[in-house]
Amino acid sequence: MKIVVCVKHVPDVQADRRFTDDGLVDRTQGDGTLNELDENAVEAALALAEAHGGEVVALTMGPADAEDAVRRALQMGADQAVHVQDDALAGSDVFATAAVLAAAVRRLGEDAPVDLVVTGMAALDGLMSVVPSLLAAELGTSQATLAAELAVEDGAVRVRRDLDDATEVVRAPLPAVVSVTDQSNQPRYPNFKGIMAARKKPVTTWSLADLGVDAGAVGAAGARTRVLQATPRPPRENRVLVTDDGGAGTQLAAYLVQNRLV
Amino acid sequence: MTSSGSPSDVASGDVVLVVVDHQGTTVRNPALELLTAARAIGRPEAVWLGGDAPAGAALETLGTHGAGVVHHLAVDPGGLLPAQVAQVLRVAVEATGARTVLLTSTFENKEASAHLAFHLGAGLVVDAAGVERDDDGALVTVQQAFAGTWTLRSVVTAEHAVVALKANAVPAEVVDGAPVPQVVAHPVVADASVGGATLVERTERPVSERPSLTEAQVVVVGGRGTNGDFSAVEDLADALGGAVGATRVATDEGWIGHEAQIGQTGVTVSPRLYVGAGVSGAVHHRGGMQSSGTIVAINNDPEAPIFEIADYGIVGDLTTVLPQTAAEVRRLRAESGEA
Ligand SMILES: Cc1cc2nc3c(=O)[nH]c(=O)nc-3n(C[C@H](O)[C@H](O)[C@H](O)COP(=O)(O)OP(=O)(O)OC[C@H]3O[C@@H](n4cnc5c(N)ncnc54)[C@H](O)[C@@H]3O)c2cc1C
Ligand SMILES: Nc1ncnc2c1ncn2[C@@H]1O[C@H](COP(=O)(O)O)[C@@H](O)[C@H]1O
Repeated sequence: MKIVVCVKHVPDVQADRRFTDDGLVDRTQGDGTLNELDENAVEAALALAEAHGGEVVALTMGPADAEDAVRRALQMGADQAVHVQDDALAGSDVFATAAVLAAAVRRLGEDAPVDLVVTGMAALDGLMSVVPSLLAAELGTSQATLAAELAVEDGAVRVRRDLDDATEVVRAPLPAVVSVTDQSNQPRYPNFKGIMAARKKPVTTWSLADLGVDAGAVGAAGARTRVLQATPRPPRENRVLVTDDGGAGTQLAAYLVQNRLV
Repeated sequence: MTSSGSPSDVASGDVVLVVVDHQGTTVRNPALELLTAARAIGRPEAVWLGGDAPAGAALETLGTHGAGVVHHLAVDPGGLLPAQVAQVLRVAVEATGARTVLLTSTFENKEASAHLAFHLGAGLVVDAAGVERDDDGALVTVQQAFAGTWTLRSVVTAEHAVVALKANAVPAEVVDGAPVPQVVAHPVVADASVGGATLVERTERPVSERPSLTEAQVVVVGGRGTNGDFSAVEDLADALGGAVGATRVATDEGWIGHEAQIGQTGVTVSPRLYVGAGVSGAVHHRGGMQSSGTIVAINNDPEAPIFEIADYGIVGDLTTVLPQTAAEVRRLRAESGEA
């Protein structure tokens, strides 16, 4: 099986995350990491390749730093990596992201067809959870998203997905796009051997021209939404911190009543 | 939420399609919030996916919240995958020529929104906290980012817009003297083979006696500090008429179902009141609750990060504070005669 796993480089959730004056995610702080939820995607891809045989290609789109994300995937065990990088990509929206990732998947499928594209459930910077659906739409394949459990059998991927009000089982014939949740597995931690081996693994860099994607259709120029203003939320005012002396519950009830919250 | 100064006539006349969230024949509150929000940006018309067209109370409610027309698409949304939902919604978009579609921001709807926006070439905003028009009549959305620490205002530059709004973002309000809407049926054929995937099985979760987590005005959350005993959390939720939520630690431990998980990989809530007990306030959890109105935290560690965002923090043991709060709330209510 040939599996492509999409991984994104995002600002560390534990760090002080900011937007630039242009309303873009500030990616210059140098504290970016592999999107935690994409570790689950890499783990799912590796486990499937181990069970069914085949190859795992890690794919990222982003500025120079984004190479760290595919490097981490290689350390975990991916066989090779592709980094789509082009100055014209700055400010891309989810549609451009999906179009570019799809172009890279098609290109990767030129020698041997790609059976499965695996993604995380959300990128922890934008938290849109829409790129997997858009990828399936771009590629014209089936999708089985938000997998809490997944298995490949009889030429299809079968997933269990837990939604707000229901649990579903979806069967998607290959080729397919799947996204996996943080419930789906426990990502492996790269060991010393994996880290050493990753140094020798190839990372291919493609530009938009390499992929035949029109630069005018991506980046800020091609975006269908534009951020007007990004403002840090003001700190909450009139905050109260009390230590329970035996009556804090009673006081809390009074506070709730006073503020018409009951 | 305010609509900008004087939206142009064109904008106020624009049809805004509102996809109605409903449970059987009952309209869910987020749908009424969407209709209210839609009124500020145009002329709301409802879209109803379901075997039967809405009638009686459901239809009246849609009308009193501003829906002039209800478009009925005779399919069971529970039986459809997101790409198929999008395909069905396109029928209503094409029939009305609407340029704006509003949905509630659930995981399923975000996926359907993505497919719909893909086919319409529309701008897409999910987890929006508000919508308005700028002076030129363009659609502007408000969103929270980075675990609720930033607010973004964006303008949709494409001709079409698909916006998924969070529950509780806009309070539902009725319009006086609104007529009962007209129901327009549209023929639909849901292509069972969009992309070739099939829904093998769907198991609806039993409906809880408590309000649903995303819609609730009050949410009481238990974390690892409960040590597995959620009874005090549940009891306070009941005293406050609220829903029960949990941290990932609590759901991973199996103390409560996964559907109760609040946070970046769980449900996003924006209730008027959030009470967290034995919850440390990890960034992953904050991502799903930081836009709540009032945040109350009970934790026995004065250094717990949740106190940084709490409006009212109590350093104390939840096993004594929660029952005392519940008892006092019940007593005060009885006293004011609304027990
Ligand atoms: C990719 C990823 C995604 C995640 N997504 C989510 C998510 O969506 N939602 C989520 O919640 N978490 C999520 N997490 C986990 C998150 O990082 C935290 O581990 C989790 O939120 C902590 O849960 P907690 O507050 O219950 O436990 P802890 O952090 O262990 O905190 C327990 C708190 O209880 C207090 N306490 C103990 N006993 C008492 C007592 N008797 N009375 C009062 N207080 C007491 C302690 O002082 C402590 O502060 C995610 C993690 C990762 C890596
Ligand atoms: N720039 C990117 N490069 C590679 N993968 C991405 C990129 N953006 C999104 N993805 C994938 O799509 C998933 C969902 O992202 P999103 O829809 O942005 O929340 C992520 O978990 C990644 O697997």
